[in-house]
Amino acid sequence: MVSSPVQPRKIRSLTSDDWVSLVGAVIASFALVDLIYLHILNTSGALGFVVCWFASFMLLFAAVLSFVNPRHVIVDRLVTAALYVAALIVLGALASTVIYTFAQGWRALVHLNFYTHDMSGVSPTAPLNQGGILHAIVGTVIEVGIAIAIAVPVGVATAVYMSEVGGRFARWVRTVVEAMTALPEILAGLFVYVILIVYVGLPKTGFAVSVAMAVTMVPIIARAGEVALRVVPSGLREASSALGATHWSTVRKVVLPSAKAGLATATILAVARGIGETAVALITSGASSFMTINPIKNPMNSLPLFIFTADQTHEPLAIVRAFGAASVLLAMVLVLFILTRWLSRDKGARR
Amino acid sequence: MSTSASSTPTTLRSHSEPRLLEPGLERSDRIFHGLSTLTGAFVLLVTGGIGLFLGLQAIPTLRHYGLSFFTTVVWQPELDHIGIAAVLLGTLEVALVAMTLAFPLALMLALFISDYAPVKIKSYLVSAVDLMAAVPSIIYGLWGFFLLQPHAITLSRWLSQHFGWFPLFHVDTDPNAAVWQQSRYTSSVFIAGAAVSMMAIPLACAVMRAVFDQAPQGEREAAMALGGTRFGVVRTVVLPFARGGIIGGSMLALGRALGETAAVLIIISPAYEIKFRVLEAGTQTISALIAGNFGNATASQLSALMTAGFVLFLITLLVNTAAAVIIRRSRSGAGTDI
Repeated sequence: MVSSPVQPRKIRSLTSDDWVSLVGAVIASFALVDLIYLHILNTSGALGFVVCWFASFMLLFAAVLSFVNPRHVIVDRLVTAALYVAALIVLGALASTVIYTFAQGWRALVHLNFYTHDMSGVSPTAPLNQGGILHAIVGTVIEVGIAIAIAVPVGVATAVYMSEVGGRFARWVRTVVEAMTALPEILAGLFVYVILIVYVGLPKTGFAVSVAMAVTMVPIIARAGEVALRVVPSGLREASSALGATHWSTVRKVVLPSAKAGLATATILAVARGIGETAVALITSGASSFMTINPIKNPMNSLPLFIFTADQTHEPLAIVRAFGAASVLLAMVLVLFILTRWLSRDKGARR
Repeated sequence: MSTSASSTPTTLRSHSEPRLLEPGLERSDRIFHGLSTLTGAFVLLVTGGIGLFLGLQAIPTLRHYGLSFFTTVVWQPELDHIGIAAVLLGTLEVALVAMTLAFPLALMLALFISDYAPVKIKSYLVSAVDLMAAVPSIIYGLWGFFLLQPHAITLSRWLSQHFGWFPLFHVDTDPNAAVWQQSRYTSSVFIAGAAVSMMAIPLACAVMRAVFDQAPQGEREAAMALGGTRFGVVRTVVLPFARGGIIGGSMLALGRALGETAAVLIIISPAYEIKFRVLEAGTQTISALIAGNFGNATASQLSALMTAGFVLFLITLLVNTAAAVIIRRSRSGAGTDI
């Protein structure tokens, strides 16, 4: 089956023959589809064109390859082409999401007042040089701040418990925590809404959002944190114990500092998840148009909630504002994300 | 936790007594163990409490409506006529459409990253997938509604034109009309599912890619040495090794797709009917139902919403637990490296 017994077949690099057949098939299929699809069948639609292009490319490519190659090589080349296309589709979708959001929000983003004003007294139809999303940015920062203050100690302590203390009960905790990382956010929101707002009678506030956010963040921190603690070499723990340290000081002075980067990554992952939670904010806080600093008194707006309510007005300018707020939210997530990469790279270098 | 280790004096034991191998813990350690156990119990209580709480809240509703809660199609609280048949079906449809789109793309992207991508860009691709998972769902909702929908409805129309005889692709309008009714194709299960698939892809892909990377190097090289092509290696070594991870990762993504709220809420227009026409406007999911109706709900309606939430909870719990078990099993067979 091997094409030539003398020369080993190259598996990882493309020969000039491969390049020519690849480029040729791309061009030929484009020309073919252009002719048939646009001029003979006279149909239109970018999507249909691309799909037909891809299909005819696969056929032509297979036909060209079949001149010299055995069947399994043709299959390999076709699968490779399909995988490249699939990767392009997904990455293109991601890139289009990011670029489209910024492009649509650009008209709002260029106004300075968009960052320094709130929407109090500004109607959704007001021009973009009035009003802004300061209240939503501040609300998001405060809510996420409180959620971090609740979720990080609890989550890290749970991770320490599961990884360092252990025991039969810890297995139960781990099972439940694992199941809860996938809890739909709407259910966490509903839970907090009924407990805090319906039963306890608190008003709908930013604090309620923070609690609900923390409920969804704790399992993520605990689970990812446990993984970070587990990769701490047990030799370090044993050395510490052998020096006579108590378990607590081993954890505090050896285990936690070694896993610092991993724990930070876990936290940032949870924050990135929590910061975009719309359903939670929708249920547990009203969307105020004014600035609220006090998290336990008035409804507090946040970026996801602002995006959602602005979108629901169906006003063109409100939708531009929604995209502006979405760009700010996306920028926050991007910053957190880059921070995560940077921290985990640091960890990798030390290991 | 204020007691630090150094403040506890080391007790001197007499030489005749052997040191106990399981000595009573230091005071700081007893506090440490106690507190961390307490935190664990607290987390167990709160997170596990959600399920228990939703279950308890569901009792009055289930007692009031009985089995008709699962068979009633409409949600008309003012007529005391509510049920989750339609929303449950809508939830499953959105999730299944999302997975139909997400599964092949996630699998192919994961394979591409693990086996096909040039080594230089591999870490960037991994980062891109992680970033995709971190983008808030509401942004995918906006993307789906404003960018995807105008293009997707032409595909919907084309499908209903040519495959309308197939019940799934049928749309209750004249697909061949000169001026086609675009509003019959918007806000459909298909478009909501497409937006949700953007959240399902990175989750499934991350799990699959991690498992593909664990495929034993020795077996890969053996397959190569036997003259296999790259796809031959993937087909005979990587895919069989990673079968558990592929199934588990997909189920994890399915669990996420079932509970997705914000993107679905932005895209769909609520409709309470039993239908399998995924290209047609209007559907409803459990999470969107809760988000849309909790605000002006009376106590009994709130209980009904929580019953719907409990059903969603049970489904996601089942799917995720199954996924976790499958993934764990597949990893336990990882020790085949030479």
